[in-house]
Amino acid sequence: MEYEFHWNIVFQNMPELLNGAFVTLHVSVLAMLLGIVIAILLAIVKMNNSKPFCYVATTWVEIARNTPALFQIYMAYFGLGALGIHLSPYVAVLSALVFINAGYLTETFRGGFQSIPSTQYSASKSLGMTSLQLYRYIILPQMLRRIYHPMTNQFVWSILMSSLGILVGMSELSGTTQRLQSSSFRTLEFFMVAAVMYFIITKLVLLGSSLISRKLFKGEIG
Amino acid sequence: MNFITPLSWDDTGFILTGIMNTVTISVVAIVLGTLLGLIVGFMRAESSRVVNALFGGLLDILRSVPLIIQLVLFSTFIGAMGHPLNPFVAGSIILSLYTMAFMSEVFRSGFESVHQSMMTSARSLGMTYWQTIFYIRLPIGLRAVFPSWLGVALSVIKDSALVSVIGYMELLRTSEQLISRTQQPLMILIGVGIFYFIISYPLSSYGRYVERKMTT
Repeated sequence: MEYEFHWNIVFQNMPELLNGAFVTLHVSVLAMLLGIVIAILLAIVKMNNSKPFCYVATTWVEIARNTPALFQIYMAYFGLGALGIHLSPYVAVLSALVFINAGYLTETFRGGFQSIPSTQYSASKSLGMTSLQLYRYIILPQMLRRIYHPMTNQFVWSILMSSLGILVGMSELSGTTQRLQSSSFRTLEFFMVAAVMYFIITKLVLLGSSLISRKLFKGEIG
Repeated sequence: MNFITPLSWDDTGFILTGIMNTVTISVVAIVLGTLLGLIVGFMRAESSRVVNALFGGLLDILRSVPLIIQLVLFSTFIGAMGHPLNPFVAGSIILSLYTMAFMSEVFRSGFESVHQSMMTSARSLGMTYWQTIFYIRLPIGLRAVFPSWLGVALSVIKDSALVSVIGYMELLRTSEQLISRTQQPLMILIGVGIFYFIISYPLSSYGRYVERKMTT
């Protein structure tokens, strides 16, 4: 092995890498939150079956699910640019991730809603519950349990996919790594550290999610 | 002299190469990933807790580090060791390993879905261990996970776009080069999107159809 590792330069640039990691986390949290809001709307539209909106929702979901994430990001960055809408790399990656998250989560939410048998609605009504009580105590707790794992997976997926920001010059973890390695030529060291940081981020997110689920569902998760 | 030349029919060959390369690397990764995943998944379903945890940890690394980082890391690592590989080989190795990490999980759950009593009854009918594997466990377990297998295979086709970062001329990279020459990003990108959609949509609808048929 003739390669000599030089870790000094990596440690000197650690603040910048951590900053990049923060941007990664930040963009994926934002993409997840916006994705959830849009997905709820799309799921409601799809379940109501009102014709023109339903087509829009279906098209959205199918495009998001059947094309690569990199394609979405290029589309947001170069494609919209051709139409005169110039997004910054951050906004381009964010909007692509929101688009995909919304597409995937719509199906998750729809599945969660439909997994609750309609008899439960009539049962709660016959017990004299108001609609608010029905959703608060019967429907939502069950639904959350069913969609919690898919949602966590989607969140981890968006963290990993935000690394595509490297290709449009965004300054998240991998983009920062790319910039630092190109000025120092320590490609291997920088990317190894980035890999470790991604690993730690995903593990922390999964740990946090399982702690929350233990608190929220007290272990009864389907 | 004009540097920006419009898209012409001469570019079809170039795009077709890109399409062929995308298809090739996806097929290679799916086939290798499935075979490796089958072996690893079987080993994980059969082996003890400790071995399982070790295996699981290794596979976890493949699943929790972004593919793009793995690709760059592997190709520079191999290069720094003095054995540079061409982008296709390096890309297929990493993409196959990445696929394996997901496939092994799919197959493990398939193997574990076959109930223990079925294996016991097969053994009591005088089947050998390997006969129970090949005639009972594989067919039943594999059928149960077919939709998930298809889902992973589809995501591999989509993720194969990332191999472009190490210089493999797949569809998205060829289109990127055409874009930088013609400055017509919208048309080219829409074409590329339609191509991926045409491959992916029928398969994913078929997967959903099978899944629905299996649950009812």
